[in-house]
Amino acid sequence: MITTAPRIVTSRVGLADSFTLERYLATGGYEGLRKAVSMAPADVAAEVNKASLLGRGGAGFPAGRKWSMLRKAATTYLVVNGDESEPATFKDHMLIENDPHQIIEGTAIAAYATGVAQAFIYCRGEFALGFERLQQACNEAYAYGALGADVLGSGYALDIVIHPGAGAYICGEETALLESLEGKRGFPRIKPPYFPAAVGLYGEPTVVNNVETVSSLPWIVTHGGDAFAALGEGSSTGTRLFALSGRVERPGCFEIEMSKTTFRDLIFDPSLGGGIPGRKELRAFIPGGVSSPWFGPEQLDLGLNQEAVGQAGSMLGSGSVVVMDSDTCPVRAAWRIARFFNRESCGQCTPCREGSGWIEKIMHRLENGLGREEDIALVLDACDNISPGLTWPPKQTTICVFGPSIPPSIVSVAKMFPDELLVHVKEGGCPFPADVVRRG
Amino acid sequence: MWCAVADIVQTPPEISITVDGRVVKADKGELIISAAERAGVFIPRFCYHPRMKSVGMCRMCLVEVQGPRGPSLQPACFVEVAEGQEIFTESEAARKAQEGVLEFLLLNHPLDCPVCDKGGECPLQDQAMSHGPGESRFVEEKRHWAKPIEIGPLVLLDRERCIQCARCTRFAAEVAGEPFIDFAERGDNTEVAIFPGEPFVSYFAGNTVQICPVGALTAAPYRFKSRPWDLEQVETTCTTCSVGCRIVAQSSAGALVRYLGVDSEPVNQSWLCDRGRYGFEAVEAPERLTQPLVRSSTGFVPATWNEALGAVADKVLEALDASGPAALGFVGGSRLANEDAYAWVRLAKGVIGTDNFDAQLGDGLPAELVASLPRATIAETLAAGTVIVLAGDLREELPVLHLRLREAAANGGLRIIDCSPVATGLGPVATWMPYKPGGATELARRLVATEPGERVVVVLGRPSLAESPDDVAAAAAVLATAWPSARFLSALRRANVHGAIDLGCAPGLLPGRVRLEEGRAFFREQWGSAPEHRGLDTAGMLEAAASGELKTLVLVGADPLSDFPDHDLAQRALERVDFLVAVETALNASSVHADVVLPAAGYAERGGTTTNLEGRVTRLAAKVVPPGVSRADWVIAAELADRLGADLGFESLEGVWAEIERISPTHSGCTMGALSAPGALDGIVVPIRPESVQLTRRLLLLDPIATPGIDSVEEQGAPLTTGAAMSPGVEPAPGQPPFGGDEDVFEEGESLYEGEGPEDEDSGGEEVAPRAGGAAETARPRSLRFDPGAWAAPVPLATGDEHRWRLVVRRALYDHGTLVQSAESLAPLVRSQELRVSPQALRELGVETGDEVRVRSGRGEIVVAAVGDRGVPAGVAFLQFNAAPVYDASASALVDWSVPAVEVDLEKVT
Repeated sequence: MITTAPRIVTSRVGLADSFTLERYLATGGYEGLRKAVSMAPADVAAEVNKASLLGRGGAGFPAGRKWSMLRKAATTYLVVNGDESEPATFKDHMLIENDPHQIIEGTAIAAYATGVAQAFIYCRGEFALGFERLQQACNEAYAYGALGADVLGSGYALDIVIHPGAGAYICGEETALLESLEGKRGFPRIKPPYFPAAVGLYGEPTVVNNVETVSSLPWIVTHGGDAFAALGEGSSTGTRLFALSGRVERPGCFEIEMSKTTFRDLIFDPSLGGGIPGRKELRAFIPGGVSSPWFGPEQLDLGLNQEAVGQAGSMLGSGSVVVMDSDTCPVRAAWRIARFFNRESCGQCTPCREGSGWIEKIMHRLENGLGREEDIALVLDACDNISPGLTWPPKQTTICVFGPSIPPSIVSVAKMFPDELLVHVKEGGCPFPADVVRRG
Repeated sequence: MWCAVADIVQTPPEISITVDGRVVKADKGELIISAAERAGVFIPRFCYHPRMKSVGMCRMCLVEVQGPRGPSLQPACFVEVAEGQEIFTESEAARKAQEGVLEFLLLNHPLDCPVCDKGGECPLQDQAMSHGPGESRFVEEKRHWAKPIEIGPLVLLDRERCIQCARCTRFAAEVAGEPFIDFAERGDNTEVAIFPGEPFVSYFAGNTVQICPVGALTAAPYRFKSRPWDLEQVETTCTTCSVGCRIVAQSSAGALVRYLGVDSEPVNQSWLCDRGRYGFEAVEAPERLTQPLVRSSTGFVPATWNEALGAVADKVLEALDASGPAALGFVGGSRLANEDAYAWVRLAKGVIGTDNFDAQLGDGLPAELVASLPRATIAETLAAGTVIVLAGDLREELPVLHLRLREAAANGGLRIIDCSPVATGLGPVATWMPYKPGGATELARRLVATEPGERVVVVLGRPSLAESPDDVAAAAAVLATAWPSARFLSALRRANVHGAIDLGCAPGLLPGRVRLEEGRAFFREQWGSAPEHRGLDTAGMLEAAASGELKTLVLVGADPLSDFPDHDLAQRALERVDFLVAVETALNASSVHADVVLPAAGYAERGGTTTNLEGRVTRLAAKVVPPGVSRADWVIAAELADRLGADLGFESLEGVWAEIERISPTHSGCTMGALSAPGALDGIVVPIRPESVQLTRRLLLLDPIATPGIDSVEEQGAPLTTGAAMSPGVEPAPGQPPFGGDEDVFEEGESLYEGEGPEDEDSGGEEVAPRAGGAAETARPRSLRFDPGAWAAPVPLATGDEHRWRLVVRRALYDHGTLVQSAESLAPLVRSQELRVSPQALRELGVETGDEVRVRSGRGEIVVAAVGDRGVPAGVAFLQFNAAPVYDASASALVDWSVPAVEVDLEKVT
């Protein structure tokens, strides 16, 4: 169902000067922060709790609960994760380029609510334009008085540093991000300690929130947590950005009301994805980024609800939906995903470092007709040695969740398209048309 | 396998866990991997090393741990034990995970084991057999890289073999504090790399080779030399410096080929410096002497022992007749084993009757000071509240002590105050308090005025060879007087200098740190004779030789032309002396001038004991045969005594040690049986104090992966501990304390600082009563006591000329001395001679870095390239000792040993 829910984080998208302070102020900018600093920090946190805002980074952890876990200490930090680097995921990218002030304001609200005096926004290094606009917005916010020693005249002091990444996907993993921010190689930290809220940046308690998460905060504070919670259903409240790509007429980033809208709406509604070009059939789709198990046509009517998707055996994850039509080779798609993980594995722990390479090699052979029938079981067993049991939610032999992100696409192909896999082996090559995906 | 290890000093484990169904006791905070190990359950591992922080990277040690939500796979090297924890190391899930990790590790690992140094002692090989899947299912091509890459002077990296366990990178960063290697690239292209243009230049680089669990890092001196199954080994003590690291010396086909550090808890905890590690090359050097040499009109002529010893004896008797015992002198002893040093002392002081004996070469501290200061062990030093370092650069002189101090400061918060005229390697972790040469006493006075002085340990050595040791001694006296509870750790650097001093290789001292006047009667009874008069130290002997008063000089493992700081004096002395005898392993700058050269057995060619800077006596082991007809020093001394008409009665090393233990108050109770006991491999600190007796368990013995190579070596023909082989019948009965009857010695002592005041200082050597059994009627004399009044401050500088530069001369680890120069891998590593001054001074002199500067002192002048160095204060000129192959271009050409601080003029060479 296509609802008439308000655009909470994308209200300025489409305006040519959406990233400027002038436009931001003209469209209600910094009013959320002004209201927040007039409240007690605990009351701001209470509003966010009421909104039951789920983290938009991928894990979907309730933002209010994350804040409440912050260990009391003399020094605490807030880090905003803008290292969006996964293939087909481009929602934060859009927010950073189009509405950087909203991120600054949301960051300031989150910092105020959690009692933090120093925040960092870690922006993916490849977002050259986005980084420039974020930095510009940050400078403007200081000049405007929304940041600095006296935030909007409230006496609350906050500094924000915009930090560019150096081109590693793993730095989107929150503990690797913290290492990178500290100037070290981006290796995820081993657990325990389990949460940055206990031991984070420079060893101090740290809240790590996603760009989209903090972008929701100005609206929540302005309109109240209840208004946000009134949208959506169950635990999945409010609106959320979905990055739709692959074989659809209108690929793009859409803000839709959670739970009520279905995958079918997202992919086929003329106001959203607009269906598959050339009247081809939908073969499969990835519901939540390349680390999520795939869905087929039978899951199209699932609502975009975190719990429902989880129960169906996948996740909404990073909010990227990739559509494959009947011309798309699922084996090639899985290989491309495996190649991505191979290139981006940080190299710290063995199963991921070595396993990602081996899996990529086997998938490459299978796709290119050099596979053997036993390679199908072999690649699944290699996956099993990274993610024992190949269960959902996954177990792991690795330090971080990068490892168990590798198998889902392989397992999906093996489960959903065993015949197509065998054809690759028996016919000694890929039976699908080459022109569709051989671009990269 | 290794012999049983005694677990004597241990607190009882507090926690119960279940490992594979067995209830196991564990210590709170202990890691699952080590708790399981002590219970006999080996969990496979690569990245885990007991001496470094766990990182849980290799994932080889995954085991199933029962949790509230069922069992989960956890890295045993990272998870601490918890009461009631259930652990499954061999469950189906654990086994599959372990096999999976091993298969992953082998994907890209080349199967070049037949040509890999590690093959046969390789944890990857071993664990592929014990915990691997048997066959690889990998059919693709392995990763290829150029190899090997020389990442540092002696370390080569084969990136294809690397399994990215980060042991080497963690060692460099955490332990050595020299993070020159790190990971580069990512995914399965991850490699260990150096930064562009910054090679892995570290005195400790060899440790990364030792702990590498595959053949990725290899050491140039051992590469392709041997296969593990051709190696034999003994455990012994490194005698390159006075830290006394425990090592295994490994040989192949009768030649030493490798040393590996043994995890001795109180001393080196498995680490070594490269000078020690590769020093075996000097033992195997082609220049080694193989027979006695006697000078003729045409030069050296090879001689028999009979001829050579006869010639020496004739000359000694001649000098005795003509001028009395004071005309003879002995320099050396600190490179020898205790038994050797004692034999020479007994010959000199008990047979010839001269007290002219000095183990130091004017480059140390007064022996009576070193022998009398209240001592600290390394462990006590690391546990101190404040450590004051008043010594040379420990990284250059006592590298592993530096390593232990640095690590304790960097990772444990140990407070170090570095009193040094120029910056040292401790810089990043210590507070540097610079002083001008000659100003140590003044600095000590400032320290006692500003520091609380609680739980202080002073690391005391010789900060510079161009200032008088008297000033340092006076500074020590100031500290000891102001802070009666302060302890001292000697930083004299030569291997067994402390053992030699303890045994009387110093003027005015008799064995057991006994003053000549107080021990003369006793030793006359024991030896039949003892010196009438106090003798000369090395400087005094050289002066006496130069003036013609000293006729015969015996160098026992000493090279004054290279090592005495005042080269001019040494040269005049050796030119003038009538008869020069050198007992040496190889010809060096001094021994080429000798009239008779007696070839001595070298390191690992003879047994015995050695004493480190703590006073820790450990056993040395013989592994290879001495070249030619060279002999152990104690045999040479005994033979010479025989020709002088005296029978020392020495028949074996054990016999010599038994005599030392019997008559020296310092060594009382430290019997060969005690030294050979299981658990005493780390030695015994003398004099025996209850709190310093530490019977230790060896982490390394428990963890065969920590130092691959020690555990894997075939044992044919090689005694693993020297104890059993050399002292049959001394093994303690089961359940008995290993040191025999002196049970009070083994009661756990109080901690170092508890209840200790000046009045307790006497507890030193007196816990153990002298043994009966000597025929002596006179009671065994006491060791000397520290007397601060004896070390008055020296006369201040005569000139104090503001326009002159105070000279600092220090040793570097690699120099033009015999040991380094006869080790072919180390010889090229000597840094070139340069003058270091502050960058400001460089400008004042009107020179650029690298320009030549003339350095002139009252003694001489040299021309040397100047370098600006922010670690050198204004008014100070810093030169390395022994940094030039020619002595008249070396710092020793400038030093006048008799002045409080050497001053120099600097001038641009135009």
